[in-house]
Amino acid sequence: MTAKTVLNDTHRALGARMVDFGGWDMPINYGSQMEEHHAVRGDAGMFDVSHMTVIDLHGPRTREFLRRLLANSVDKLKVAGKALYSCMLNERGGVIDDLIVYFFDDAHYRLVVNAATRAKDLAWIETQARAFDVTVKERPEFAMIAVQGPNARGKVIGLIAEADRPRIEKLGKFAAAAAPGPHGMPLFVARTGYTGEDGFEIIVPEEHAVALWQALVDAGVRPCGLGARDTLRLEAGMNLYGQDMDEDVSPWEANLGWTIALDEGRDFIGRAALEAQKADGVKRVMVGLVLDDKGVLRHGQKVLTAQGEGEILSGSFSPTLEKAIAFARIPAGEPGDIRVDIRGRELPVRLVKYPFVRDGKPCEGI
Amino acid sequence: MSEIPGDLKFLKSHEWARVEDDGLVRVGISDHAQAALGDLVYVELPEIGASVQAGNGVAVVESVKAASDIYSPVSGEIVEVNEALTDKPEVINEDAFGEGWLFVVRPSDRAELDDLLSADAYAEQIENEDH
Repeated sequence: MTAKTVLNDTHRALGARMVDFGGWDMPINYGSQMEEHHAVRGDAGMFDVSHMTVIDLHGPRTREFLRRLLANSVDKLKVAGKALYSCMLNERGGVIDDLIVYFFDDAHYRLVVNAATRAKDLAWIETQARAFDVTVKERPEFAMIAVQGPNARGKVIGLIAEADRPRIEKLGKFAAAAAPGPHGMPLFVARTGYTGEDGFEIIVPEEHAVALWQALVDAGVRPCGLGARDTLRLEAGMNLYGQDMDEDVSPWEANLGWTIALDEGRDFIGRAALEAQKADGVKRVMVGLVLDDKGVLRHGQKVLTAQGEGEILSGSFSPTLEKAIAFARIPAGEPGDIRVDIRGRELPVRLVKYPFVRDGKPCEGI
Repeated sequence: MSEIPGDLKFLKSHEWARVEDDGLVRVGISDHAQAALGDLVYVELPEIGASVQAGNGVAVVESVKAASDIYSPVSGEIVEVNEALTDKPEVINEDAFGEGWLFVVRPSDRAELDDLLSADAYAEQIENEDH
């Protein structure tokens, strides 16, 4: 049985092409993935991300619990509304999921986790939470709309009650606040996103989601499918769970070392394995690749380096750069000339530092 | 859904074949297929002179989303390919049944053409797919 978000009929009415996305019936595009991609880079686009899972954690020991659960340190969250990106690891240091944690107060935090990993995430979190008496409450009654692009914030702020606008305008990156939206609907607005553009991710009670979506359309925000979301996040250098990392990949191997907080005295799940791996020398690294020839890099293609074989993780045609880009995991060490096997042809690729695109423009060296 | 030209024959896998006046068979993908694939960004064409078997993959079209093999509707020899697609693969999105053709085969066994779907039968197939 395929799950549907509350916006399903709205997507169909707009002519969306729907696909199965991790058990959810979601729009892949509304006609042209390419145009939707460019709309986000140049103006403002929005995505229904209601399939993502919102989980509220309650209890006096919630901060203590998150210190144990997450590889990044919630102690960095000092002000209500601040958010943090983190991996949740297994004992082997493999990534169970990547998520965003929002801080309300010491006894109340919110997690937003991936859609496809919902069941295993909930099971893991509930198991770990027992020792801390933390209540784990899924919030399926929320829908979520991501509005992204250079003009995204302006268009959202225009829909917020006038008295609350200055406060939302001042919201820093990776911070969130509640504010009334159209007809007074309660919005939880976070300055986060997954496209490399500025914007907001908005959590809204389901019953208001269709009205909010329509208000955003009327404000000139273009509906975009998950196809464009994927090319945007790849250009922006952001990992996709299941493709770029999974339970057999550590954050070191997924270029997420920056999210690991080895703060003193904090025994988070997976820490010992991460430290052992680092001491031993990390054997695989994640790199960015650009194909200057014609062709498209795809997940699963073989990558040939001087140190041995690797593979393409996320790979796609980049609409902004008009050539193929990819993440690959390759053996550590000097890689020499890198080639990718595309249907039996070995094509040379360039190793680059990503992100590939920032603020709508190609990054230096891409 | 655009009109399906009545002079075309189809494979179930959405390739069309048009028998030209000179007996050569021009091949492309259907309008339905291009719409399903989305924005096309790369086309890998066969070599001129290559011999192909009916039902075998001979070309690849790639959209932003995915790569798709293109099967030859008939056996024979590739005598022409649509080089214009190398720089402008989006022509397939714009005109799948016309300027977006992929390659031309000189058929070695014209009886194979009888195994292909008529335009009506193909229209019925995609009608059923949509439900």
